[in-house]
Amino acid sequence: MSEEPDLHFDTEGIKKKFMFLNRKAPYGTVYALEILEMVLISAAFEQHACITFVDDGVYQIVKGHDTKALNMKNFSPMYGVIEMEKEDADGDEDEDMVWRIIVEKESMEARGLTADNFSIDVEVLSSAELADVIEDMDVVLGG
Amino acid sequence: MLHMMNKSPFERNSLDSMIRLSKKGSPVLLLEDGVYAATKGTTVADQVTAMVGDHAVYVLGPDLQARAIGEDRLLDGVTVVDYGGFVDLVVEHGTTQSWL
Amino acid sequence: MKIGVLVNEGPFTHQASDTAYHFVKAAIEKGHDVLRVFFYYDGVNNANKLSEPQADDRNLVKLWGDLAKEHNLDLVVCIAAALRRGIKDEILAEGFRISGLGQLIEVGIAADRTVMFGD
Repeated sequence: MSEEPDLHFDTEGIKKKFMFLNRKAPYGTVYALEILEMVLISAAFEQHACITFVDDGVYQIVKGHDTKALNMKNFSPMYGVIEMEKEDADGDEDEDMVWRIIVEKESMEARGLTADNFSIDVEVLSSAELADVIEDMDVVLGG
Repeated sequence: MLHMMNKSPFERNSLDSMIRLSKKGSPVLLLEDGVYAATKGTTVADQVTAMVGDHAVYVLGPDLQARAIGEDRLLDGVTVVDYGGFVDLVVEHGTTQSWL
Repeated sequence: MKIGVLVNEGPFTHQASDTAYHFVKAAIEKGHDVLRVFFYYDGVNNANKLSEPQADDRNLVKLWGDLAKEHNLDLVVCIAAALRRGIKDEILAEGFRISGLGQLIEVGIAADRTVMFGD
């Protein structure tokens, strides 16, 4: 039970490439929110991370969400936190840690969106380019 | 990389997304409702046949049986595996990606 | 080979937990080391000991617990996801423990393969 000490693995010195793949729209289901929590926790482990938006996942980062009338938490600001984590990873010269925020071009265009619609800076990659990135990952979560 | 897909192609776009975002040569495992994609005579049969040309395609046998899909109804080139075969695919092919 | 597993759905609405269970069992039978099964999203409901399926159906809560007991398997329920869904120590089924989401990232780093089951 939870009173017992947690079991831990020795992960010292291991650096892996994680992808957090977002394919679901926000608010209709909880998947978007809970995957964000995963991304933010992962920052403490200093791993490489690609936060990727594909299919309806691209709706997660559209500007201007207002959930007041739903009385639901508006978690858009958390994407800004991810953007800051990425900037920290980019700026940290002591730590070899690469974070990328990626949107698939085909998914974006299929929904009538452009990168100007997003609340954060993203890399827009074609399906073929993204397929190469996915293939290069060690762990893919979400999807 | 092993791509796994567990959704009926008549319900969601997971099959399309997997085909678009997987590299030629990476194996594919269809499981749960994803096994319907491997059957003959459907509106996605041409798409899945093309996929069989680019990827080794496996289906999970226990999911076929549960859904009354005999092996005679599978598209050519699709290989049936059991849970042990599923484990072997994961071990042999590196990172796994689940298309939900 | 060292394997980590993530289960994102509960024991009844989706097949994900069933498939994960059969996969983990087969992996253990083949001699692989399943380091941890992590339950996230509605997957935390797999640890609810108050769950009572009908007698002619499988009881995944118990099946996971039995597998954990037999093979010393580490079944971890995400605390944040669990609290939201009312899964607490008082109703935690045998074989499971509650811990932080960091335990998922940790097993992703430590394992040779991480396999996700969800909807």
